[in-house]
Amino acid sequence: MFWLKRNLPRIVIAPSFGVIAWFVYGFIFWTIYVSFTKSKLLPQYQFWGLDQYYRLWSMPRWHIAVENLFIFTILFIILCVLIGIILAILLDQKIRAEGFLRTIYLYPMALSFIVTGTAWRWMLNPTLGLEKFAQDLGFSSFTFDWLVTPGMSIYTIVIAGVWQSSGFIMAIFLAGLRSIDDEIIKAAKIDGAGLISLYTKIILPMMRPVFMSAIVILVHLAIKSYDLVIALTAGGPGISSDMPAVFMTQMAFHRSEIGLASASAIMMFLTVSAIVVPYLYSELKREDDRK
Amino acid sequence: MIENNNQKYQQLEKASKTKNTIYRWILFLILAVFAAYYIAPLYVMIVTSFKTMAEIRQGNLFALPNDLNLESWYVAWNGQGFAAGDVFLKTYFWNSAKMVLPAVIISTIMGAINGYALTKWRFKGDSYIFLLFLFGTFIPYQSILLPMSRTLGFMGISNSIFGLILVHVIYGLCFTTLFCRNYYVSISDEIVKAARIDGAGFFKIFFKIMLPISAPILVVTVIWQFTQIWNDFLFGATFTFGKEAPIQVALNNMVLTSSSVKRYNVDMAAAIIAGFPTLIVYVLAGKYFIRGLTAGSVKG
Repeated sequence: MFWLKRNLPRIVIAPSFGVIAWFVYGFIFWTIYVSFTKSKLLPQYQFWGLDQYYRLWSMPRWHIAVENLFIFTILFIILCVLIGIILAILLDQKIRAEGFLRTIYLYPMALSFIVTGTAWRWMLNPTLGLEKFAQDLGFSSFTFDWLVTPGMSIYTIVIAGVWQSSGFIMAIFLAGLRSIDDEIIKAAKIDGAGLISLYTKIILPMMRPVFMSAIVILVHLAIKSYDLVIALTAGGPGISSDMPAVFMTQMAFHRSEIGLASASAIMMFLTVSAIVVPYLYSELKREDDRK
Repeated sequence: MIENNNQKYQQLEKASKTKNTIYRWILFLILAVFAAYYIAPLYVMIVTSFKTMAEIRQGNLFALPNDLNLESWYVAWNGQGFAAGDVFLKTYFWNSAKMVLPAVIISTIMGAINGYALTKWRFKGDSYIFLLFLFGTFIPYQSILLPMSRTLGFMGISNSIFGLILVHVIYGLCFTTLFCRNYYVSISDEIVKAARIDGAGFFKIFFKIMLPISAPILVVTVIWQFTQIWNDFLFGATFTFGKEAPIQVALNNMVLTSSSVKRYNVDMAAAIIAGFPTLIVYVLAGKYFIRGLTAGSVKG
C-alpha cells in the first residue's frame, strides 16, 4: 500500500510514457530499420545496408523534391519573418484598431492547409482567377499561370504558405516586443535614437531568441508540408512541385516501395532533428540558467 | 535625475506630435493594405460560393454576386443526387465531429494529469520523460506513418473513426502534456506541499486544488487539439478512405475530382463549410487560440 502511494506519480505517467515510447520512438526505430532492408510491398527484415539511401539519392524525382523543399523553405522563412516583423512593429505603435487588425492577420492560421490550398487554387486559376481580374482592369496582356507552369508552381505554394503562416510569426514577434522593458525604449529615445535606429540597433537585437524560435518553427513546418502541396498543385504539373513529404507517401502507399519510403522519411526526420535538437538544447539550458 | 529625464521625455513626445500625424496615416495605410491581402481569399471564397457558374465565367474574381444563389451550398452539403461518384460533405462533416470530440477530451485529460505529475510530484528521471514528450511534438509524422498503418491493420481498426481517434490521442499527447506541464510549472509548489502535509493524496490534490485553477490552460489545450484534429489531412488521408474519411479528405477529393465540369462555386462553399468550425472557435476564443500557438512555439 505504501509502495503504491509512493509510486503513484510514476504509475500515472506510465501508460502515456509507454504509448510515446512505443508509438513515437519505437516506430521511428522500426522505420530506420526498414530503411536498411529491401522491403517493397511488405516489410521484410533481412538487413541490406544502405542500398535504399543510394537508390534514393540517385533518383531524379527525389532531387526535384529536395530542391523544391530548399526553394520553398528559404522563401517561406524570409517572407514570413519579414512580413511578421513589419506587421508586429507597426502594430506596436499604439494603434487604435490593434485587436481588430490582429484578428484579421491571424485568422488564416485557424484554417486547414486543405482549405487554404483550395482557396488559393481558385485565386490563382489561370483562366478565371487573378489573371482575368487584371485583364478586365485593362492589362490585357497580363498572364499569371504559375499554377500550371512547371518550375513556377512551387512559388504558388510559397504564396499560399506565407499567407497562412505569416500572421502567426507576427503574433510571436508582437509578444516579444511587448515583453521588452519600456524603460529601455524611453532611455534610448532620450539619448536621441530615432525610430528606425531604435528598432534596428536596440530592439531587434534583443529579440534574437524570438528569431530563433520563429525560424525553427518555420523550418519544421516547411519540412512537414504535405497538405498544402496536395491541395494546391498535387505535386504537379507532372512532378515539378514535388516535396519530400509527398514523395514519401507516394512511395509508401502508391508505389509499394516501403524501404525507399522509409529511407526518405528518415532523411526528413534527420533534417528536423538537426535543427530541433540544438534549439531545444539551448532553450532548456537557458531555462536552467535562469533557475 | 529620473524626474528630469521624464520631463525631457515628455517634451520630446510633444515635439514629435505633428510629424506623428503624417506617419500615423502612412502606418494605417500599410496596415490596411496587409489587412486586404489577408482578407481577400476569404472574401473571394464567400462571393464565389454565392455565384452561378455563368456569373463566374463572365465576371471577375472580386465582383459581388447578382443575387444570393444558395444552390452551391446545398450541393456541397448534400451532393447532386446521383448514385455513383457523387461527392458531398454531410457524411464526412459528422465523421470529423465524431472523431474530434472523444480525441480532444481524452488527450486533454491525459495531458493535464501528465503535466501535473511531472511538475508537482517530481521523481527521478522525470525531466527525461518530459524531454521525450517535448521532442515528440517536432517529429515529422512521415517517420511513423508506415508502422502506424500496419498496427491499425493488426488491431483491425484501419479505415475506422475509432482508429483515427486512437492516432490523434497518441500524437496529441505530446502537445497536451507539454502545454499543461508548462502551465503547472509556473504554479507555486507551496500549495501542493501544504495539502500533502494535510494528508491529501495525488488525485485529491489534482481534483480539489489543481483542476479548479486549470481553466485557462485547459481552454488553450482543447482549442489547440480541436484545431489540429479538425484540420488534419495526413492521418485521415493515410488511414481512411471512402465513407470513413474525415472532412478535410472529403474536401480535397471533392475539389480534385476531374470527372465532371468544374463547379468553383460548390468548391468554395465546401471549403467554407470545412473551415467554419475552426474559424468560429478562432473568432469566439481568439485570445486562447493565440496563447496556444505561442505556448507551442516557445517550448521548454
